[in-house]
Amino acid sequence: MEYIDMHAHMVSRTTDDYYQMALTGCVAVSEPAFWAGWDRSSADGFADYFRQLTEFEPNRARQYGIRHYTWMCLNPKEADNREMARAVLARIPKFLTHPNVVGIGEIGLNRNTRNELETFKDHVELAVEHEQLILIHTPHLEDKYKGTRLTVETLQSYERIKPHRVLIDHAEEHTVKMILDAGFWTGITLYPNTKVSAQRAADIIEMHGAERICVASACDWGPSVPVAVPQFALEMRRRGHSEELIRHVIFENPAEFLGQSGKFELAPKQSKTLGTAATVN
Amino acid sequence: MFPEFATCPMTEQKLLDEYFIENRTRLLEIAAFLDRLDRTQEQGSSPDFRMRAFFQALEFLSRSAENRAEQIQMLFSDPTTEPLEALNQKSARGAYHEV
Repeated sequence: MEYIDMHAHMVSRTTDDYYQMALTGCVAVSEPAFWAGWDRSSADGFADYFRQLTEFEPNRARQYGIRHYTWMCLNPKEADNREMARAVLARIPKFLTHPNVVGIGEIGLNRNTRNELETFKDHVELAVEHEQLILIHTPHLEDKYKGTRLTVETLQSYERIKPHRVLIDHAEEHTVKMILDAGFWTGITLYPNTKVSAQRAADIIEMHGAERICVASACDWGPSVPVAVPQFALEMRRRGHSEELIRHVIFENPAEFLGQSGKFELAPKQSKTLGTAATVN
Repeated sequence: MFPEFATCPMTEQKLLDEYFIENRTRLLEIAAFLDRLDRTQEQGSSPDFRMRAFFQALEFLSRSAENRAEQIQMLFSDPTTEPLEALNQKSARGAYHEV
């Protein structure tokens, strides 16, 4: 079954992962700008990363028949550094016109500090100014509930924010309802340890419905599974859910959300060999 | 559009047949983890803040309740509402630690 991985940090993954994703039906990925696992030392380091996301990574994905879309931002893990945030935000606008950039993200809070909140607001204003979609990270573990609430309240203070153009990601059992009730899209990310399993994601769909919810691998440099979306599809199938419902969650929903960017399009149906172009590293 | 929501489409018997063994395994993993904690060296005089929340969660599970997963999530969550004045650590630790 075809699927779109709405949240995948492919710069952290090998080409073997692209191959496995393609074999399991992935036709497009959307890659939010992210923390490298260590703090970058300069805004120019971010600019190089943005070039990787807009120039190098789409070509790597294309070799496996996968469309690559991306988002621009300074991620929440580094957002407490206000000076760095201002310098990075100044470099973002020139990337927004790139054909694979679909919006601002993944922005938001990490430990729910005042500085992080200010950097979040700066990003929101940038997105509004440039009429961009917004993808939002919500904090981990014990910080998630508070961070999600602060995020929703902050967004609701902006009259110009259209909730249907915002996806608040990494929702779990205790945050999904507040996001959906406020009119935003949401995402469930499938992690082996720290977020939601395929079984719990299926539970959330059963309890909250399939409208405005996407499911993604959020694969990155840590413990994560690039084929987590088809694993979720298998779990849904194991329970007896319809193929129509599964496709709605893993293909039609992300396509509808990303389609609002005006840039998202899918490749013609794949029928050719995969991974035919060998790139020498 | 999809009327089956709010329910699991499997029968109770089918769900148990399919999922009981793996959840039995998860329960044993928790039991073994607690045993392992008991066998550790240099134990603290009072339980770690994470284990206090963990034991509260186990007590909660032994009682009949609805929305167990959501309520367990809230047991581990920071209940405060104001942003932190300053960053004190980069990463979350799994349970709220009131200081």
